[in-house]
Amino acid sequence: MSASLERGLNALREVIDAPTASYLASCVRCGLCADACAFYTETGDPRYTPIHKLEPLRRLWRQEFTLLGRVGRLLGLSRPVTDTELAAWSELAYDGCTLCGRCSLVCPMGNDIAYMIRRFREGLAAAGHAPPGVIGAVRRTLEQGSPMGVKLQTLQAQIRRQEAETGLTIPVDVEGADYLALLSSMEIVNYPEYLGALARIFDRAGVSWTLSSEAFEATNSGIQIGVTDLAREIVLRIVNAAEKLKVKQVISPECGHAFTALRFEGPNLIGRPYGFGVVHILELLDQLHAEGRLELDGKRDGTPLTYHDPCQIARRGGVIDQPRRLLAELAADFREMHESGKMNWCCGGGGGVSANERAEPIKLKAFGVKKRQIEELGVPKLVTACANCRITLEEGLEHYNMNLEVVGLTEMVAEHLAGESKE
Amino acid sequence: MGEVDFLLWVRGPGLTIAVAIFLLGCVLRVFEIYTLGRTPDLSAPRENRPGSGWRTIVTRSVPSGEKVKRSAGVLVPGYLFHIGFFVCLFFFVPHIELIRGVVGIGWPGLPTPVIDLFAVITLIALLVTLATRLLNPVRRYLSTLDDWAGWTLTFLPVLTGWMAYHHLLFSYTTMLALHILTAELLLIALPFTKLAHFITLFVSRWYNGEAFARKGVAS
Repeated sequence: MSASLERGLNALREVIDAPTASYLASCVRCGLCADACAFYTETGDPRYTPIHKLEPLRRLWRQEFTLLGRVGRLLGLSRPVTDTELAAWSELAYDGCTLCGRCSLVCPMGNDIAYMIRRFREGLAAAGHAPPGVIGAVRRTLEQGSPMGVKLQTLQAQIRRQEAETGLTIPVDVEGADYLALLSSMEIVNYPEYLGALARIFDRAGVSWTLSSEAFEATNSGIQIGVTDLAREIVLRIVNAAEKLKVKQVISPECGHAFTALRFEGPNLIGRPYGFGVVHILELLDQLHAEGRLELDGKRDGTPLTYHDPCQIARRGGVIDQPRRLLAELAADFREMHESGKMNWCCGGGGGVSANERAEPIKLKAFGVKKRQIEELGVPKLVTACANCRITLEEGLEHYNMNLEVVGLTEMVAEHLAGESKE
Repeated sequence: MGEVDFLLWVRGPGLTIAVAIFLLGCVLRVFEIYTLGRTPDLSAPRENRPGSGWRTIVTRSVPSGEKVKRSAGVLVPGYLFHIGFFVCLFFFVPHIELIRGVVGIGWPGLPTPVIDLFAVITLIALLVTLATRLLNPVRRYLSTLDDWAGWTLTFLPVLTGWMAYHHLLFSYTTMLALHILTAELLLIALPFTKLAHFITLFVSRWYNGEAFARKGVAS
């Protein structure tokens, strides 16, 4: 057995906990999870059935963690998990899964399949079978501070540009501010208007905030690749910066997995609760609005529009009502997708898929569900709250020659601030 | 061994052995799961929602929304055979008498013709689940020996029970003995195969419900 396989199998043994064992014992192979997964519905390929994406983990569990399996192994009746097998499953567990968790809500046994795939990736990564694209993103995060290789200078240039555009100062490294705002590299590079929107909104609402020059990137490719040590290192940067600046809250940007990584995985990665709170920007905007601090102009946009729930923010983050309450104030013709909120369909680009060039064709295929959902509504405008969803949606729309405007909800809020009429 | 001896064996030592293996197996499976433990979640829960895991145990029993339409071909026969099986198992008077004899508690049964109807429904529903396992590409692809064995072991006691009642194929005595024997095989297989979901699904749903509730989502 090669050393890398041994490492992989050991990592898999490590991740088998009571919930995992219970889930694996419960599966009756009914196949209902397939119908819940865009990678299956759009390809019709049974290999993309969610529970099958972790089959080597199930085999290892059965062979080593159950009585019958152990007996079978002693009698030489079971086939051990091989390196070839793990290599083959890399495509299913990384390219063919966005960790959207839709299957976890559908399984009649209550199996949290996304939880297991996330853990299965630990074994694949340890065995050296993570996709090159995701490995590159992790390396850039560790070496340069961002999965896309965005450096502080780039952010500083965008800060200057947004300051010029808004006429406001964007605070950096202000100790004792209430909130530390984070960004995703996607926002810094492709959607810097998010930063300008924050400046305008917080100026109006009187929110004391800051950016940090030491931790401005919120995403965590360590979680996507499934290497806990790296994920810990990445999240620690934010924790250290937040504790150094003594902020009360850290604001997760319009990015899905950055939110769950920081809000729900982070404390477990570093082994202690935070000394600050974590809030998603939509939660904060909703709260400011409820407190009467965020006054909107009341001019509701008449364009028919819909909202794409980012999986990690809605189903796996619990931020479902907040965007709808905000949109009720901003849009006169908001149309809900057929399946939305906690049962939304993924854009196809989450969970590291968009960083994984190898997955490009399957990602565009998986977008098929979203395409149909949008076509059913026939709206010209799509609002979302995740820069990664946004770029995936834009690519998908372009690929399928669909003409739709895609906007971030925070920017939309900034456009509708009271007394700040945009001509 | 004559048919009467056969019947006496399955009703006596056979039953004792099967029940013992079943009970030990159930304890072992639960032990295998819980001893693995889990690390405490240090993230701040969104809100204190006591009972979320228990709620999911109940709510997952009721399929809802699009899932029903999309997967009706698997869901309907699945539910039918489970319901039919339980009605036959727990509301057929001789079964209740057996339980009363062993554990000392009983309850009123259903009229035999009603049980007969439920047995037929169960058998048909089970045949449909077998057909979908053979024909549905996903189900066929996922299927392992465990699934084929699990199906067979579930089907046989219902079939032999129904045949014994209708005096089909063999003498009543032989058929009844076969019915009890197949039921014992099922009992033995329950904790060790996929059929163990009859216990573990409660554990799984609880974990799922708690995990989602922590994030503010009802699962």
